[in-house]
Amino acid sequence: MIALQLPALQVLLPLAAAPLCLLARRSGAAWALALATGWAVFAVAVALMLQVAGSGPISYAMGGWAPPWGIEYRVDAANAFVLVLVSGVGALAVTYARESLARKIAREQHALFWTAYLLCLGGLLGVTVTGDAFNVFVFLEISSLATYILIAMGRDRRALYASYQYLIMGTIGATFIVIGVGLLYLMTGTLNIVDLAGRIGDASLARPKLAALAFLTVGISLKLALFPLHLWLPNAYAYAPSVATAFLAATATKVAVYLLLRFGFGVFGHSQVFSRLPLGEVLLVLSIGAMFVASVVAIYQADVKRLFAYSSVAQIGYITLGASLASQTGLTASIVHLFNHAVTKGAIFLLLGCVALRVGQPTIERIAGLGRRMPWTSAGLVIGGLSLIGVPGTAGFVSKWYLVLAALERGWWWLAALILLSSLLAVVYVWRVVESCYFREPSPRLAQAPEAPASMLIPALALAAACVYFGLSTGFSVGGAAAAAASLLQALP
Amino acid sequence: MEIVDYVNYWIAMLLLVTGLFIVIARGNLVKKLVGLGIFQTSVYLIYISPAKILGATAPIIAPGYTLYSNPLPHVLILTAIVVGVATIALGLALVVRIHEAFGTIEEDAINALAQGDDVE
Repeated sequence: MIALQLPALQVLLPLAAAPLCLLARRSGAAWALALATGWAVFAVAVALMLQVAGSGPISYAMGGWAPPWGIEYRVDAANAFVLVLVSGVGALAVTYARESLARKIAREQHALFWTAYLLCLGGLLGVTVTGDAFNVFVFLEISSLATYILIAMGRDRRALYASYQYLIMGTIGATFIVIGVGLLYLMTGTLNIVDLAGRIGDASLARPKLAALAFLTVGISLKLALFPLHLWLPNAYAYAPSVATAFLAATATKVAVYLLLRFGFGVFGHSQVFSRLPLGEVLLVLSIGAMFVASVVAIYQADVKRLFAYSSVAQIGYITLGASLASQTGLTASIVHLFNHAVTKGAIFLLLGCVALRVGQPTIERIAGLGRRMPWTSAGLVIGGLSLIGVPGTAGFVSKWYLVLAALERGWWWLAALILLSSLLAVVYVWRVVESCYFREPSPRLAQAPEAPASMLIPALALAAACVYFGLSTGFSVGGAAAAAASLLQALP
Repeated sequence: MEIVDYVNYWIAMLLLVTGLFIVIARGNLVKKLVGLGIFQTSVYLIYISPAKILGATAPIIAPGYTLYSNPLPHVLILTAIVVGVATIALGLALVVRIHEAFGTIEEDAINALAQGDDVE
């Protein structure tokens, strides 16, 4: 019985637990509730993925109203994979958070933090699981509004301004998405994504459809921080509380990428979009821009959180690069990197949270000598850094391997060369961190600092270990991504 | 006469661009939110306009009425209005906090202060 309700539970659990956290008021109780919810949601996501793998896509009619009239929740290989990723990182971040929150956020705000966190988690899962285009917008705004609150809870006053800037940019992006969805509704008379995909092919490329595609692409690109629409991201990541940064870096932009793939391939159908419109070329150029410009900017950052935030913009470039190639291999590379980058950046930002516990806002100067004082934390950072570069044996290598394969499949040697060249830039910024950690005398703030508490280290190092695991065993990541890519591509007319 | 036929869309687009312009061109954080409000509201009009058919009634089946307006866009926009109100409310709350923390709500002044924080 309950197995039939899983798609609804995926969203219902976090949304229902959020106000309960607010009512619980006490820090410990709210955290326990968030922890239980986080892992329960992860279990639901895994169960859904197993169901999809066993018996194909699941269609769930919300409230018993049959699609396409009612709201449909639809789980296929593509979004089941993203659900597992988002809920998994979400659960790990809650597990990690207790000590970090206790030192960084006023005690009476903890319940509020968990309320916003669960709303954000519920919103992101909702965007992923729903099969209704307008529902996507509603869940996107639930998660975005919660995100602004999470960012504003950072201790630095710049967090407030970063949150405000993200609110402006995010709202413009979401409004563009509504315009796009509205135009699609005008042209097809339906909001159901599967139904849309079926009907959009009927008419020729009428102008409102092109406008809808343009609005959707720009709106979603703002949300996923595609270069040059990434300006909100660095400050938001740098000044948000560590837990929020890790969670958002690993999930929020990834869900937006999923949306781009869903609309670009699932709805518009890649043949129509990529052969008759220059969307592929535009994405290709912007992705290469992200890979190089953001990596170079990352090299010059003094603040380590900002450094890795710019690195995120660059890595998102690799993800969209795979999508722009519009082939089975390219899309697989894109989704593998979506997964691997989420794991890598989640690990790095959780470990930076451990560092922030001891030195405050981590800068290159302040983390000097980290390797001697906090050996586990800095070892984890090195693993994460290697994965960002794409060293063989780490997760980053696997995704870059598939990206290069996809480029060569097209016969584009220059693109494969560019991918390798931009990886060298990652070597430079990762080396700055490693050099400061291992080859300098400990900074005054670190002189007496003990290693981070085990309750934080274990979840963070688990993600770092996952970077290595998914570098050696690619069954789950590449297998899941290939199935996801196939399911997105077969939705074509 | 094309312009007259589509006058509601022209107005909606004018509001859309005006709102976006205010968001980009104004340095005052409250004025930016006003622009954002106008920008969002224009989208409501884009949804509502095509749903209304002149001379049509609500979709209730009764003898003598054959032309119906589509009620769905109205319902969608009701949801969008709620989202818009929440966004503006949160934005204003942030501006209050920014004013407490920085002592100003002018973009340039805040940027200068934030850069001062970077140097420390």
